[in-house]
Amino acid sequence: MLLASLILVPFAGSVLAALMPENARNREAWLAFAVAAGGLLVTGLLYPAVAAGTVLREELAWLPSHGLNLVLRVDGLAWVFTLLILLIGLLVVLYARYYMSPKDPVPRFFSFLLAFMGSMLGVVLSGNLVQLVVFWELTSLTSFLLIGYWHHRSDARRGARMAFTVTATGGLCLLAGVLVLGHIVGSYDLDTALAAGPLIRSHELYRVALVLVALGALTKSAQFPFHFWLPHAMAAPTPVSSYLHSATMVKAGVFLLVRLWPALAGTAEWNWIIGGAGVCTLLIGAFIAIFQHDLKGLLAYSTISHLGLITVLIGIGTPLAIVAAIFHILNHATFKASLFMTAGIIDHETGTRDLRVLRGLRRQLPVTAALAIVSSAAMAGVPLLNGFLSKEMFFAETALVGGDENWWMSVAAVAMGMFSVAYSLRFISIFFGTPTSDFPRDPHEPPRWMRFPVELLVVLCLIVGIVPGVSIGPFLQLAVTATLGPNTPAYDLTPWHGVNLPLLLSTIAFSGGVMLYVVLRRYFNLRQREQVPVIHRFSGAQAYETSMMVLTRSAQWLLQRIGTTRLQPQLLMMMLAMLIVPPLLVGMPVAWTEIPLHEPDPLFAALWAIGCACAVAGAWMAKYHRLAALILIGGTGIVTAATFLWLSAPDLALTQLMVETVTTVLILLGLRWLPPRIEPKILQLTIPRRVWMRRSRDMLIAVAGGLGMALLTYAVLVHPPPETIADFFLLRALSEGGGSNVVNVLLVDFRSFDTLGEVTVLSIVALTVYALLRRFRPAADSAEIPAQQKNAADPASRQTTAEQADSGYLQVPGIYLRMLLPFIGVIAVYFFMRGHNLPGGGFVAGLIFAVAILVQYMLAGTVWVESHLQLRPHRWLGAGLLIALATGLGAWAFGHPFLTTHTAHVDWPLLGELHLPSAFVFDLGVFAVVVGTTMLMLVALAHQSLRARRLPGDGGPDDAGVGQGREV
Amino acid sequence: MEIVFAIAVGVTFGSGIWLILRPRTFQLITGLLLMSYAVNLFIFGMGRLWVDRPPITPHAAVDPAQFADPLPQGLVLTAIVIGFATTALYLVMMIGARGLTGSDHVDGEEPRE
Repeated sequence: MLLASLILVPFAGSVLAALMPENARNREAWLAFAVAAGGLLVTGLLYPAVAAGTVLREELAWLPSHGLNLVLRVDGLAWVFTLLILLIGLLVVLYARYYMSPKDPVPRFFSFLLAFMGSMLGVVLSGNLVQLVVFWELTSLTSFLLIGYWHHRSDARRGARMAFTVTATGGLCLLAGVLVLGHIVGSYDLDTALAAGPLIRSHELYRVALVLVALGALTKSAQFPFHFWLPHAMAAPTPVSSYLHSATMVKAGVFLLVRLWPALAGTAEWNWIIGGAGVCTLLIGAFIAIFQHDLKGLLAYSTISHLGLITVLIGIGTPLAIVAAIFHILNHATFKASLFMTAGIIDHETGTRDLRVLRGLRRQLPVTAALAIVSSAAMAGVPLLNGFLSKEMFFAETALVGGDENWWMSVAAVAMGMFSVAYSLRFISIFFGTPTSDFPRDPHEPPRWMRFPVELLVVLCLIVGIVPGVSIGPFLQLAVTATLGPNTPAYDLTPWHGVNLPLLLSTIAFSGGVMLYVVLRRYFNLRQREQVPVIHRFSGAQAYETSMMVLTRSAQWLLQRIGTTRLQPQLLMMMLAMLIVPPLLVGMPVAWTEIPLHEPDPLFAALWAIGCACAVAGAWMAKYHRLAALILIGGTGIVTAATFLWLSAPDLALTQLMVETVTTVLILLGLRWLPPRIEPKILQLTIPRRVWMRRSRDMLIAVAGGLGMALLTYAVLVHPPPETIADFFLLRALSEGGGSNVVNVLLVDFRSFDTLGEVTVLSIVALTVYALLRRFRPAADSAEIPAQQKNAADPASRQTTAEQADSGYLQVPGIYLRMLLPFIGVIAVYFFMRGHNLPGGGFVAGLIFAVAILVQYMLAGTVWVESHLQLRPHRWLGAGLLIALATGLGAWAFGHPFLTTHTAHVDWPLLGELHLPSAFVFDLGVFAVVVGTTMLMLVALAHQSLRARRLPGDGGPDDAGVGQGREV
Repeated sequence: MEIVFAIAVGVTFGSGIWLILRPRTFQLITGLLLMSYAVNLFIFGMGRLWVDRPPITPHAAVDPAQFADPLPQGLVLTAIVIGFATTALYLVMMIGARGLTGSDHVDGEEPRE
């Protein structure tokens, strides 16, 4: 759990920080501080084991069937990175406490920062490749959130989007890459993959894997040609730039390359892809950095160039180069984090980061100036500072790689060295020159604890630079051994190696850099120059924006061409696809053996002659004669129910009949709100040719679809049935389910989980209907009382619905239907009770009971029914769901799986022995839900006319009177 | 028997297709009703046709070959009830859209002819 805690605690802290109040700046900082400090403590505890060379692992089963486990793994390299992340994190938290303004929403900041810390630790501690990619993408996401922290600024939003698009796309490439790697190796486990280097390199998919992984790493580490996102990410608050965009997140890319070095490196492809990108980045980054006017922009390009340096070293790929790469990762993190913090302090104190304005600051900020000059010197590679050591190693490696004749690599290295000296001088130039007080704010030294992180980092630069062997030596050795294993070379970590080639190159770079700076300053107007010479035309950001715009435009174009918001074309496409695709997929039907068929029964044929006629006529009438169409389609429904009865499915017949009834009544209630539609014949309109064409086309599709469906049905019916699981149910329904009606036992016992889901869906639909109708406003032209009810000659039009049923023309049916209520209730109970053994059950009984209520509504109207009956459909719903669920959970109490049925045998007086399965109780729940659902929908629909009735005769849909009626 | 059943499914389904391609919401709802009859019958037909053989077992030791397949029946029963729920939902959408837009066209606005 020790390793898991390293990742989990930051995430937990992130949630906690998010929940803290807006103004609790100190508490949040303390929380983040405690998380980082606790992490450092754990890291310290791990040191003895890691130093002894063991690889600590923690495993958690995740998807074991796919070879995916959550693996946390610490070796020397991961340990050193963990230390780096936590240590810099700690300092950044301290710094951010003073940097963030009390006006900023600080909980969000610390929450994101801690989430980032957790993700980054996840990347370095992952022992599984897929898991690594997951954390990798999480770092992209948290980085996006942090860059966009000041989301009211458009540059922050733009920078965040750009960084996320580039790094997350790279992350997807990386995912594809590790999937290829996993395919080659046969496992996603990191240790297995690292041990399978020769296999991977000789595999035919090696290049694919390498390119994909490289795309992931190069985008993350802002390498050419993806470097453009980093300068735009500088819109983030400075603590973020210092932490994510110099010390840690951008290092994830180079970390991954080092991590996978044993698996992927050692081929010409590796050298060219990684090294090539590195060389371009190193030169371009360093060159552009000289011409920046923004302090953070300068540091951003310098970061790009230093990352390029590290990438080149990894690309060279010799063991000594890897040593130098890891060493420089650590050194760069130290001096660059402190430089970013310095830039933040200057911005904080003077109110500007513009190099054209800043000068003479050494008077106002003497200590900060001293610190910044030391870390700039480290960045430039001045002797006795840590940057010097790794840069010497870099020069040595570049000299080695070209041998005696090929010097281009050394030339590039020296050029980069010159540029970095020049931009370091440019950076420190802000402290010199004539002092001025021409700043937005009057600068003072920052608070003591804001400067403390910078002081600590600068001291570290000095210690590592002067006594590297004792200070960083053991840690570096740890990381190097973990990566290189038996290939670990001997190297010498002393500041002075005597006069040799690297020292010569260093000297050239140093003096060349100073000269370059002076020349640029004097003859090329460096301080005011707007553009980077020569390469300002090649802007990656511009290319990115252009391609994003092209993408958006073409998506719009495509959407316009092939998309539609209209329903009819969509349905048409669906129907066409249904017609065309299945035959293409299946091809011609195979030869089949026919089974003996049933003789056609003339009565059955006559039944369906009626059914088909109803369907076709209903389709014909649906536009202008809605009521007739509804009745006709109800006819088809009745014939369907009869078919079920005929073909040995009494339960289906009952259900279909009741559903048919309820559906028809509900739709009848809805018809009233539709606009009148009059046949064109009566209006003497001619139907345009185009409309006829469309109708003919639809008719063709309908005929073809019907024909296809008929053929398919026939083909299935004459086929002998395959082996099914029907026998299982038929044999066990009575013996184990305790009921002879197999369909009912199937529903409430064998497949009761499905039924539970189904009643839940029913409840959701009922509540949705209710919620939608609460907001319903009738259209203006159907809000009035219909013309049929306004006839002055009809005495009924002066009566309420209740009066009509009590004493009006509905008196006789009224007496019948009210007497019917208890009878139908009894019938419902009867069908419910016998359901387990004979056709019936909760669904049918519930619908029957609902129909009993429904006819009362139809007869006497909403007001009368609701003043005589307390319906409370919500309670029926809730009670039904609870009963069904409780029955299922009851099985747990007896140690059985969810929804296991138990049958109790009870001796009743008069009735004799009765067996009571628990499925019976479950069925009761189903009954209650069905009753509740139907009534809720019915009541919601019926109440619409109540509301509309309250409208003044000419009221529009926005009339204030609408919706004031009693809510259901 | 089989041929009648197949023709019934075909005619009902075809009428349903015609209706769901029409422009008015009421036509769409009736089309869906007809289609659901056809589809329910079709699924039911997967268990083949049995006359006078309801899956009600009088005693435990029975010959399963003498009974209709209960599985498609159970599935269709579920389908009927869920079909009822979706019809109700669609009905409310129909009423709501008509109230909100003033039109009973499926797109919520009269077509620009």
